[in-house]
This record gives sequence, C-alpha cells and structure tokens, in this order.
Amino acid sequence: MQVPAPFDYVRATSVAEALQLLERHGEEARLIAGGHSLLPMMKLRLARPDWIIDINDLDELRHVTVDGGLLRVGALTRHADLLDSEEVGRLFPIVHDAERVIADPVVRNRGTIGGSLAQADPAEDLTTVCDVLRAEVVVAGPAGERTVPMAEFHRGPYETACGQNELLVEVRFPVRAGQGSAYEKVERRVGDWAVAAAGAAVVLADDGTIAEAAVGLTALGLEGLATDAAAALVGQRPGEEAFAAAGRLAAEASAPVEDGRGPVDYKRHLADELTRRVMRTAVARAGALTAVPGG
Amino acid sequence: MQVSMTVNGTEVSRDVEPRQLLVHFLRETLGLTGTHWGCDTSNCGTCVVLVDGVPVKSCTQLAAMTAGHEVRTVEGLADGGTLDPVQQGFMEEHGLQCGFCTPGMMLTARALLDRQPHPDETTIREAISGQICRCTGYATIVRSIQWAAAHPAAAPSDQEVRA
Repeated sequence: MQVPAPFDYVRATSVAEALQLLERHGEEARLIAGGHSLLPMMKLRLARPDWIIDINDLDELRHVTVDGGLLRVGALTRHADLLDSEEVGRLFPIVHDAERVIADPVVRNRGTIGGSLAQADPAEDLTTVCDVLRAEVVVAGPAGERTVPMAEFHRGPYETACGQNELLVEVRFPVRAGQGSAYEKVERRVGDWAVAAAGAAVVLADDGTIAEAAVGLTALGLEGLATDAAAALVGQRPGEEAFAAAGRLAAEASAPVEDGRGPVDYKRHLADELTRRVMRTAVARAGALTAVPGG
Repeated sequence: MQVSMTVNGTEVSRDVEPRQLLVHFLRETLGLTGTHWGCDTSNCGTCVVLVDGVPVKSCTQLAAMTAGHEVRTVEGLADGGTLDPVQQGFMEEHGLQCGFCTPGMMLTARALLDRQPHPDETTIREAISGQICRCTGYATIVRSIQWAAAHPAAAPSDQEVRA
C-alpha cells in the first residue's frame, strides 16, 4: 500500500490565511490543490512535508473572466473548467488543444492550472501554452501581489519564481485580435506524460504574411521559447517551406534525453514534425479569424 | 483528526489520520468495499467515486480534503431495491467480466449521463478513458452505458438487488 508519511493537515479559507499558514509552518509546508502531483510524490517519499495546507476552499481563485484585454484564470481553476469554457476555446484554442490531452478526464476534474504551472514538471503541457501566449502569472506573498511574465516564472524543471511563502493566484493571457494558436502532443496512451509536444501562436499581417510567431516545446529539453524558429517565420508567407524551416530550427533547439518514451533521434524528429503541424493549425485558425470580418 | 462528510446520503464522522486516503477511508474505516483499490497512482481508475457529483480518483485525494463534501460510491447507486439504469445496463449488455473496474466505470457513467443524457459513442469512450478494464471489455462497457442512456428510468419494479 502506498500511503504518504505522516503530516498535519490544515484547511485555508482565504488567500490571506493560506499565506499566514505558509509563513507559520515554513519550509516544510506544502499547499495542496488538485493533489495529483503532490500526493503521488508523497506516496513515493519524493516529497515529505510536515504540513499540508489545503487551498481547495478558496473559491476566490476559481474563475475564468475576460477583463480589459486579458483573460484572467484563477489558479484553482480545474482543467475541466477550462475545457468547459467556450470563451477560452474561442480566444485561445491552444488551451483546449492542450487540456484535452492533459492526464485523463477524471484527473482533469481535480487538477488545476495553478498546480500544473507551480509543479513545473518538465513534461507538463501548460507551461508551453503559457509561454507561447506570453501569459503572466500573479503571485501573492507577504508583501502583496506581484506579476511575473511566464518566461521569468518558469525557471526549469520543478523550479519557479514562486517562493516558499508565496501562492500563485492567477494566470493572465493577453487577448490578441487575429491570433491563431495550436498545441499537439504525442503520448503513448491516454493520461501518460508527453513523449513530446509543441505549441505555437501566430498573428498574421494584413498582407497575409506572418507578423508575429511563438513556438514552444514540451518534454524536449528546451527551456523557454524556440526563438530561432519563431524568428525564421516572421515576415514569411505561411506555407510548407516556412513551416519546414521552423521545424528544423525547433528540432535543433531541442535537447531531448533518451528514456522509456523514446530515443533522442525520435524525439528530435517529433520536435520538427510537431512544430510543422501546430504552425499549420495555428495559421489556419488565424486565417479563419482574419477572414471573418465583413463576411 | 475528526472528518465529517456525507456518504451515499448519510452523514458520517470519524477520527482518522490526516494522511488517510479517501479510498481507504471508504473501504476500511466505513467498510464500503465496493470502491476498489487498484494502482494507487491515479492511473487505473478503479477507485473512482463521485464527490459532489464529479468523478474523482479516491486514491489521490485525502479523506481530510473530502470533509464537508458529498460522496457517492457504488453502494449508493441502487435506490433501495431498484437498480440504477447504469447497473442494469451492465447486466443487460454484459458490461463486466472480472468486475474489478466495474464500480468506477459505473460511477463515471452515472456522472456522464447526469450531465449529458444522450452522449454519442465517442463521448462515452472519452469519459471512461481514464479507467482501465484489464479484461479489455470496453466494447460491452460502452454498450452498457448506451443501454442506460436509452433506458433512463430502466429498472422495472420487480427488479430486486440480490446479495
């Protein structure tokens, strides 16, 4: 039987109380939201906190709203909530692409966007999504709230800018007119971690060329965006030639490691192929958006 | 610590260790062994129960986290002597072989049909995609759920639940 080592449990009823509890119990306290990363790690003794602070009652952190050019998503918003939101799917189809392949439907009923980002597993999908959408996260701490761009929040595998005495409270996505986005993952079976995945967001110029592009990779050893691939796309007319160049550059930027999910060559091939696929889809979606006005 | 919740409509309160998982609270503390305990890693889905009507893997939730919430297990599916349409569907369409995944499958099916009374086959397959049937009897599980969708007030009055 796998059971966590003993700990004390306390339930927070507000963000302020959660922060006080973090302060009081110090280094050996952990927040629990969905718990689908933390509890398995505790069963394996990879994590052994003395205190568990349950934040599931913080309804103030469970919201999806569009406000002043920003989509604001509370950190405690479940994966299933994001999938249920038509507005999220319309504004950021990449979020629905990724959410559909995160774990499985039952796990998605519990797992949260804040938990995924704060856990920062290297094979976790939403970090790439937030990277290419240039999202910001709001972190609450003893000195108040601060806003951190995703590029600075994610510091590497299992490492973020969120301090021990801080709490991720919100994720903010800038709404861009005419933006198309997409995410695609290869996994061995439903619910498994990614063998590899890629995400892209593009904005097309009036003449149909690519005005802005962002490409990101998951589980492929690349921290942050594939900037060379994106640079090669900007100013180009969308098409197989441009996508192939981006795919090649993304594969070069990747640094996959061999494991049970595949050898390096295969993963590098996926970096190339998946980059082409998400670019195709993102451009098609951006085109569909720009084609709509006027009929 | 003292943990109180509603299980199958009955208020229960027990003194448990904070580290006790919901699956063990149900099986060992309450003796409700209909909820099965499988992989322990939130992969297999045999431990699925409904918390506030939503399917969750009870091996990956603390009993303490469930305090104040409503839990429904397979023991809470039948209404007195009347089977839930999902249970009857599993009988009619041979939805179980060894029976190990069955409680979790039936609860996910119940939650799906409560939310979406007439799901298509793709939706049903997606809904149970986080649960493993090691007998690989997926075709009949899907047909069982389709049967329940087609017979929302299924169980005839002479349908007895036999021990």
